[in-house]
Amino acid sequence: MRTKDFAYWLFLAPVLIALTLVVVVPMLLGVYYSFTSWNGITTGEYVGFQNYINLLKDERFLDSLWFTTKFSVVSVILINFIGLSLALIVTSRIKSSNLLRTTFFMPNLIGGLILGFIWQFIFIKVFASVGEMVGMESLQVWLSTTETGFWGLVILMSWQMAGYIMVIYIAYLQGLPKELLEASEIDGASSFQRFRYIVFPLVAPAFTVSMFLTLSNTFKLYDQNLSLTGGGPYNSTEMVAMEIFNTAFVQNTFAYAQAKAIIFFVIVAIVALFQVYWNKRREVEM
Amino acid sequence: MRKKKNWKLEILGILLGILWLLPFYLMFVNSFKTKKEIFTDVTSPPEQWSFDNYITAFHELDFLQTLFNSLLITVSSVLLIIISSAMAAYALSRAKSRISTILFFVFVAAMLIPFQSVMIPLVTVFGQFEMLNRGGLIFMYIGFGASLSIFLYHGALNNIPKSLDEAARIDGANRWQVFWHIIFPMLKPITVTVAILNIIWIWNDYLLPSLVINKTGSETIPLKMFFFFGEYTKQWHLALAGLTLAILPVIIFYFFAQRSIIKGVSDGAIK
Repeated sequence: MRTKDFAYWLFLAPVLIALTLVVVVPMLLGVYYSFTSWNGITTGEYVGFQNYINLLKDERFLDSLWFTTKFSVVSVILINFIGLSLALIVTSRIKSSNLLRTTFFMPNLIGGLILGFIWQFIFIKVFASVGEMVGMESLQVWLSTTETGFWGLVILMSWQMAGYIMVIYIAYLQGLPKELLEASEIDGASSFQRFRYIVFPLVAPAFTVSMFLTLSNTFKLYDQNLSLTGGGPYNSTEMVAMEIFNTAFVQNTFAYAQAKAIIFFVIVAIVALFQVYWNKRREVEM
Repeated sequence: MRKKKNWKLEILGILLGILWLLPFYLMFVNSFKTKKEIFTDVTSPPEQWSFDNYITAFHELDFLQTLFNSLLITVSSVLLIIISSAMAAYALSRAKSRISTILFFVFVAAMLIPFQSVMIPLVTVFGQFEMLNRGGLIFMYIGFGASLSIFLYHGALNNIPKSLDEAARIDGANRWQVFWHIIFPMLKPITVTVAILNIIWIWNDYLLPSLVINKTGSETIPLKMFFFFGEYTKQWHLALAGLTLAILPVIIFYFFAQRSIIKGVSDGAIK
């Protein structure tokens, strides 16, 4: 098949049409709208960089950006730590290995919206009732303060995503040469030494994959944010995705929301490109 | 010595497993209780296993209709994504040229764009063409699902030698026949991965349907669940029964296909 052939374009047509109308055109329009005062009803006029200047002074937006960053950093560390631990447990010679894999992975199949509602029940009703039983007042205010909202989101995401990351680590751990591990065991290496000097360097590529996946998922989080805290109390747990949504569809300032969405895209793209660069560099080193 | 250590890990693993299932357990047992019972005790099993909450939730969620909508949208979208992405990836992998390289780059780069960055113009444009309905939603899923699917198919296709195509061409098969009768069947393992990744994502998606579906009776499960939860927010017994119902189809699917699901997710993430 050559690119001159009619068949070539026929095979590509469905995807080209869909991707153009759903992603390319809206993205180009989006960039254009971000320089106007468009509000969804009247075609706004060209305002230059005004929207971008305004968002630099928009405390609600900057707060959401900071909250999202903090949340992502803490979540990425925890999810990867828990995910790797779970992977090490289920790949050791234990009987319940398969059952445990199934269990840890299960939350990933269920939508973030539904998981957020379930955990809302756990944090509000169950925590409060346990707090009452053991006399711990700190358990009775969950999700009603910024701090408990933050940790609530972290717990929810760690519980959900650890199983996903576990699956990735398992794939790399299974590629480890068994002879090497057995030989080191015979030579008297402790389990910590084996992990540090054999397992860790060989599963290093898994870290890059997992870091990127967790970072991208936590930074763009919306559903869990909406259903667990709804951004409350007083928008203090509102993350960027939700802040953009509210600017657009609650305050009806479309062009302004679009400028924020472009900044959001730029941040996500920079992180992703850094990841690609990092991968390439390491491949060269190895 | 090794036996002893594994025994400890086994216990630790099982304890963690129980901890992981605890939220589901609490949701399940409390979904059978009365409002008053939840108020007094959330941890023990219900005094009576009554299905009253489920009957109410089933009606309020319009469960059969909602389940049908979710199935219709997910199955149609995933089938169309598979057909269109496999075809596109085939064209790109067989005609090596600068155009193919650029197109492949554009498809992959589209993965970087977060949904929020295109959401506002997308909804406005589709609204102007009266396309904010289930059909429009399925079309949008093709656009959003194509990138990753093409990427996965492209990788698999590069491992199938071109000589196979040429042999079939010499035997008189046209492009269409070569692809569907010879190449596509060989892509079955990656098709399973593509299907699973897209099913999980589309079935659970909330934000896009919430912007596109605005007619009562067309809602998907996450969408209906959001309204339902908003209405019964102080009535946990009904909300929990609704949540359990909403999860049930996924659990059944997982029960039958867990091996392929875990493998699919793992392959999709690593490639």
